[in-house]
Amino acid sequence: MGMHEPVIVGVADEPLVNGKVARPGSPLQIQARCAKAALRQAGLDLGDVDGLFTAGMWGVPGVGQLPTVTLAEYLGIRPTLHDGTNIGGSAFEAHVAHAALAIETGKCNVALIVYGSAQRSEMSRNLAGRPASLTMQFETPWGLPTPVGGYALAAMRHMHDYGTRPEDLAEIAVAARKWASLNPAATRREPMTVDDVLAAPRISTPLGLLDCCLVTDGGGAVVMTRASNARGASLKPVHIRGYGQAATHWTIAAMPDLSSLTAAEMAGRRAFDMAGVSHDDIDLVEIYDSFTITTLMTLEALGFCKRGEGGGFVGKGRIAPGGAFPLNTNGGGLSYAHPGMYGIFLLIEAVRQMRGEVEPERQVHNVRTALVHGTGGTLSSGATCILSVD
Amino acid sequence: MKPSPIADPGTEPYWEALKQRRILLKRCRSCEKPHFYPRELCPHCYSDDLDWVEASGKGTVYSYTVVHRPAGPAYADDVPYTVAVIELAEGPRMMSWITGDDEVRIGAHVKATFVTVGDIVLPMFEPVSG
Ligand SMILES: [Zn+2]
Repeated sequence: MGMHEPVIVGVADEPLVNGKVARPGSPLQIQARCAKAALRQAGLDLGDVDGLFTAGMWGVPGVGQLPTVTLAEYLGIRPTLHDGTNIGGSAFEAHVAHAALAIETGKCNVALIVYGSAQRSEMSRNLAGRPASLTMQFETPWGLPTPVGGYALAAMRHMHDYGTRPEDLAEIAVAARKWASLNPAATRREPMTVDDVLAAPRISTPLGLLDCCLVTDGGGAVVMTRASNARGASLKPVHIRGYGQAATHWTIAAMPDLSSLTAAEMAGRRAFDMAGVSHDDIDLVEIYDSFTITTLMTLEALGFCKRGEGGGFVGKGRIAPGGAFPLNTNGGGLSYAHPGMYGIFLLIEAVRQMRGEVEPERQVHNVRTALVHGTGGTLSSGATCILSVD
Repeated sequence: MKPSPIADPGTEPYWEALKQRRILLKRCRSCEKPHFYPRELCPHCYSDDLDWVEASGKGTVYSYTVVHRPAGPAYADDVPYTVAVIELAEGPRMMSWITGDDEVRIGAHVKATFVTVGDIVLPMFEPVSG
């Protein structure tokens, strides 16, 4: 630890109705609302922010190419630390790590991590992927739907190597839906069975529609500062115990091993080593579930079960409400919301659970230590944060 | 219109060779390992001493997926189509399509076939017995 201990002191997200922001807004408006709400929770205001962290696909090409610069102008602030690190949906876990480093060493006093997307309202989502230039000249011409096709290639190989079944993946979607049914803010709350998941239209085999995350709007913000600044905050500060990040590829053919998530193995190991905790110490896990296979491979890679044993691990209700391993307790990207980059919502849910402020039906009791893991790109990057409360 | 690969000085020889039905790989003269896609430095030992070698066109299916929801309207007439990662006999992996009506399986032996699409040639793969 450096001179100052970094803590999370505020989180906020933007309410959705049927997957769209309840109050219509541009990605800039959404981010401004979330920033204001998260800072208010911390007893701070925008004028206190000297470190701005964001990642997103809004305004690209255009003003979004320099997202922190555009956002600072829009918010009327002049941060002296800009971090637009974009390693995909896991970027926000990386932002927490970078903000922690900056706060520790006195280079940042108040860090605002913020995200906003109106992809559902704007109908800007498509599967067509990236221009066929540079490294993508070898993948885009093949018409692999992006990013689901890459995850499908991994799922197919995982099934081949380890005998993982479509039913095992379906259990993950069903558990997420059960959590979502307890969360009034979740987008999809109606009951769903394993058979429903298996009968859903195939998108890219072996993955079907209900193996895939939702397409929604969304916005969120996380505020960090040094612990000595947090005394005015009304809610329990959340400590950053450990973090790690890694990336192995972006073109899916360059993934080192399609049936194991190397980036998560690397990131998780670093986070556990830094935090000095073991798997048994983790009370709550929030994992990026872009697709059912993502959850399964991440659980294996982080060491919660052995490689190849994820299918058995997620069965029998273990990860569903009431199970021994509370996972993705807001309903996840599969059933809560997925606005393009989901990583910030993992952090928000973990913080709310640790503060004991979610609905009683889905509140996990006595969460002292939580692990959050984001995955970005096509199983490309991983970033882990281990958080705790006193 | 399907998106056509946008070649650059580092990849032009690869796309040109395909027009003669040849698959070229970059190979490192230092560690002797080939790699794909072609790079300026060897991704294994970081040497800049590389040359081009011709691949045999033989390989195996490392993984595949049958696409039912196409990547945009340009592929709508093709569904379902099989996108695969092929492990070439020389070691590197590349994305491609598997053609033909045979059932695909991981580990199956395949060989290259060359398909003209617009003004480029793409290397696709078809199953071979044994
Ligand atoms: Zn080499």
